[in-house]
Amino acid sequence: MDATPQRAPRPLGLLAELTHRCPLGCPYCSNPLALETRADELDTATWARVFKEAAALGVLQVHLSGGEPGARRDLVEITNAAHHAGLYTNLITSAIGITSETLGKLSDAGLDHVQISIQDNEAASADRIAGYKGAYARKQALAAEVTRLGIPLTINAVMHRANIDHVEDMVELALRLGAKRVEIAHVQYYGWALKNRAQLMPTRTQVERAAEVVERLRKQHHGQIVIDAVVPDYYARFPKACVGGWGRRSLNVTPSGKVLPCHAAETIPDLEFWNVREHSLPDIWDNAPAFRAFRGTDWMQEPCRSCPKATEDFGGCRCQAFALTGDARATDPVCHFSPRHALVAELAEARADLEYEYRR
Amino acid sequence: MIAADAKPKLPRGVRLTHNEAQGGWVLLAPERVFKAEGPAHEIIKRCTGEATVSEIVDDLAKTFNAPRERIMIDVSNMLAGLVEKRLMEV
Repeated sequence: MDATPQRAPRPLGLLAELTHRCPLGCPYCSNPLALETRADELDTATWARVFKEAAALGVLQVHLSGGEPGARRDLVEITNAAHHAGLYTNLITSAIGITSETLGKLSDAGLDHVQISIQDNEAASADRIAGYKGAYARKQALAAEVTRLGIPLTINAVMHRANIDHVEDMVELALRLGAKRVEIAHVQYYGWALKNRAQLMPTRTQVERAAEVVERLRKQHHGQIVIDAVVPDYYARFPKACVGGWGRRSLNVTPSGKVLPCHAAETIPDLEFWNVREHSLPDIWDNAPAFRAFRGTDWMQEPCRSCPKATEDFGGCRCQAFALTGDARATDPVCHFSPRHALVAELAEARADLEYEYRR
Repeated sequence: MIAADAKPKLPRGVRLTHNEAQGGWVLLAPERVFKAEGPAHEIIKRCTGEATVSEIVDDLAKTFNAPRERIMIDVSNMLAGLVEKRLMEV
């Protein structure tokens, strides 16, 4: 029998996956392997309704993402709707599919911030990783437009074996592009990234060296650019507080309107997800079985259950616990208190210079 | 130190927003959220790019019937902190 549930905490962020269409094929994409189709995409009016409900629920920031949000012909209307719902708007883009003209209209519609991904510090390698010739050049051009318009720019650099040794050059590139923030986003192994794990995994030495470089760059560039880093958790002793805790800080809406506690949640069996076409967003947040499944700490097993860090990292990532141990309630084996911790080092060693399986 | 004739304003990409469910006023920036209740809200909302620091201090002193010198210190400290975090332009 369930104890009377306490009112769920209010989310701060909404990841709006407007489409799974994307011209690039990045092998580390966090979208699911089963990409949602164009025919199933929510229309403009439904997104507008979702944004209003999100603001009422307490969401402050929306990340307009995908796939490639620029693939939506109604992107300006969608951004306008998010802005008018009172949300701070972030465009998360590859730059491919956002013309200068569209950027101008997005700016007028109230877009607050743009994040552009870079795949490496030079064109040949960057385009090879993205699986799209000309991507690097287009990203530079759009970055220049963003800064010309005075919109804050973040460069997102997904780091893995092919580019991790270039981290200094990638930060220098972000600076040259006028970014005030750069995210050193070590690959997280879900979706397409999990499929390409052997090709993407860096060595421990590479990770440690990159961490030293990032620390030095932070000091060197203090006041010019903020360098945020996502932990490469296969080499960690403690797990990340994945999404800030299940059903606590953020929620995802997929292109077809399914609401997920995180982008990999569908990999966990026996979770029931609700759709915005049938339920309001606040109803889903508070009551959908998928959101209740791992909210709080009642679901925990040992060692998480009596661990002093339980409310700090929530036992790590449920999806990763399921992927690596077969049990979504298990301690994320990234945690050195997990009885399965040795498995993570074995998986990290299983590197192979195979071709990428591009996201298609 | 912030000059008395400076005209502080929120830079593009920093927003002062009210959200009922989150308990009131917040200051939003890329990947950052700050509570901005009470005195913080009163100061930030007056930073329009039109009013000088001196005029903002005068207005606060009058509105809240408080000593000008105290307000000047509080406003200077708050603005310096926001400028350092890149949440305010002067």
